[in-house]
Amino acid sequence: MSKFSRRDFLRTTAGAAAAGTVGVGGALWTPEAYAQGKWVPEKGAKLRVLRWKRFVQGDEDMWLANTKKFAEKYKVDVRVDSEGWEDVRPKAAVAANVGSGPDIIISTFEDAHQYPDKLTDVTDVCNYLGGKYGGWYDVCKEYCTEKGKWVAVPMGCAGNAMVYRESAMKAAGFETFPKDLPGLLKLCEGLKAKGMPAGFALGNATGDGNVWTHWLVWAHGGRMVDAKNNVVINSPETIAALEYAKQLYATFVPGTLSWLDPNNNKAFLDGQIGLTCNGISVYYAAKTSSDAKVKAMAADIGHANMPVGPAGKPTELNLFFPMMLFKYSKYPNAAKAYLAYMMEKEQYEPWQKASIGYVTQPLKAYEKNPIWTEDPKHTPYRDAMKIMLPNGYAGDMGYASAATMADFIMVNMVAEAASGSKTPKEAAERAQKRAERYYKV
Amino acid sequence: MLPAGLLLLVFLTYPLGLGTWLGFTDTKIGRAGVWVGLDNYRFLWGDEVTRLALFNTLFYTFVASVIKFALGLWLAMLLNRNLPFKSFFRAVVLLPFIVPTALSALAFWWIYDAQFSIVSWSLMKMGLIDRYIDFLGEPWLARFSVIAANIWRGIPFVAICLLAGLQTISPSLYEAAALDGATPWQRFRFVTLPLLTPIIAVVMTFSVLFTFTDFQLIYVITRGGPLNSTHLMATLSFQRAISGGSLGEGAAIATAMVPFLLAAILFSYFGLQRRAWQQGGNDK
Repeated sequence: MSKFSRRDFLRTTAGAAAAGTVGVGGALWTPEAYAQGKWVPEKGAKLRVLRWKRFVQGDEDMWLANTKKFAEKYKVDVRVDSEGWEDVRPKAAVAANVGSGPDIIISTFEDAHQYPDKLTDVTDVCNYLGGKYGGWYDVCKEYCTEKGKWVAVPMGCAGNAMVYRESAMKAAGFETFPKDLPGLLKLCEGLKAKGMPAGFALGNATGDGNVWTHWLVWAHGGRMVDAKNNVVINSPETIAALEYAKQLYATFVPGTLSWLDPNNNKAFLDGQIGLTCNGISVYYAAKTSSDAKVKAMAADIGHANMPVGPAGKPTELNLFFPMMLFKYSKYPNAAKAYLAYMMEKEQYEPWQKASIGYVTQPLKAYEKNPIWTEDPKHTPYRDAMKIMLPNGYAGDMGYASAATMADFIMVNMVAEAASGSKTPKEAAERAQKRAERYYKV
Repeated sequence: MLPAGLLLLVFLTYPLGLGTWLGFTDTKIGRAGVWVGLDNYRFLWGDEVTRLALFNTLFYTFVASVIKFALGLWLAMLLNRNLPFKSFFRAVVLLPFIVPTALSALAFWWIYDAQFSIVSWSLMKMGLIDRYIDFLGEPWLARFSVIAANIWRGIPFVAICLLAGLQTISPSLYEAAALDGATPWQRFRFVTLPLLTPIIAVVMTFSVLFTFTDFQLIYVITRGGPLNSTHLMATLSFQRAISGGSLGEGAAIATAMVPFLLAAILFSYFGLQRRAWQQGGNDK
């Protein structure tokens, strides 16, 4: 039996898009074909939305304001609940399991691939939005399509970048942020010498730990699995990455082995470190701080995309947000109307502005949102979706990739090698064995 | 009988039975599993992280329970004396137990922070150390740090329960022992301890159960890190079952805790509730 994979779908849609450009499929893809209001909410519809709790206040305020606008316009009662982002995933899984819960859940990473048969087909919404706003970045299709159908609407991703103190970087002898790995190591050594060391989370930090360790291994050409889902983490490339991690770790502020997600933000804003990897929330916190000293720090904060390693291309992992509409929802049309409404330019761009770009857009047209250029410090986050790799790279997304990340296999491997508790070879072998369990060798 | 039986069936037997059954399947979140027999247990036995979590759990439970017992008993005996402001002190002792675990765990998270620890800060100010202590960054230090947090939180339970037990001992027994010329140690050994043993058995059984199944302190303070050195069976079970979606494997880890818990209960039952000994006789 032949299986229509996501890759087949990507090829097919790429073909359709190409056809569109030469006019063959133009009529199908014009925005006019998808007039807003296509989804007429059911009479008396009520929606429950569960989303991750904001990292920056502006996000939540504007999301709720936009929701209110929708509720008034379409006469649909919408309740938005927020939970800590790590709690949303298990709740979504339970909702999928028991067939009851919020109509829409805005979760993280590859959740849509864990229970695609429980999700409503939202291809119509995604085709409408994609057609109207310049198309979706490829990684969105990786995350949100299954067997040729969209099973979630991409909300965007929390982009990550190198967050540094410009004064410290200059004191360390760099005028601009290095774009390669040797340069990054040299910068970290310089920062340590100047008393403003770097700090990257190596504890079981679901967000920050996974983000930078995946980038590091991918940048060296290492990867957990190949395109056929064979576990290949125990490779010369990975070992090279771990040797590099060891050198980098020697320059870190003490204590990073225990760092959870909030630690690097706290240490950075307290002026104890000069470099970390984070979302734009550090800058947002400094900019909006009521403490004059912290507020003044904002002018000294710089952002840069993660350096490129021997892999020869950007290898960032960012926190992706799929918006899933569950089949058990009694009001699928109202839910689709809501999803489409929230992604329309009139709502999406002000929302991005309110959170100074905490969420990077999944639709290409929003690259032009002035938020990305009105403050040059925002710009590196603009391309997060364009340059990121999906979790589980270079294999398929699903249960195995999610479980491998949740079990901190990549983070533990880097931490073991960096701290010297295991040799790079031992750490890679152990990671291989652990990952094989999930990928069922 | 029927309501009680129903309650036990719905809230105890069914979840336990379901958990045990799930441990023999490869159920994933959102996907029904199939029977895999002992496959989960075979994997867990060979899994270094699980074995480390088992060691951590046993070590954590043993060290924390012994210290909680010793300090709790000592505190109970102090509070049993005629101290000034006795009621006030008894109330204060309960405070760590009253504070929600998540809150006290957050407080410890700050106390042990690599950059902001009040302990490190104080020692630095006193000139006793020249750099902050990495409480949670070094595996053994992290283990002892979370054990200390557990002890702080668990002592009141032990102390107050034992205090209640001490107050049931008739003062006339101590007077009689004093008249016989018993030393303080002999009074403790031959009066207090035998009469307190049934309470100790109950208190320590509960204390061991609570410690063995601890989750919140670890989840908030370390998430099982660094390098999984503070992962307990309960936190690993959650990580695999809920965050990772492997319900079957997570259930197997949870089920694997049951024999240890039963052993603790049986030890306390047969080891400590020896009635002949308590009543001055000899155990056969």
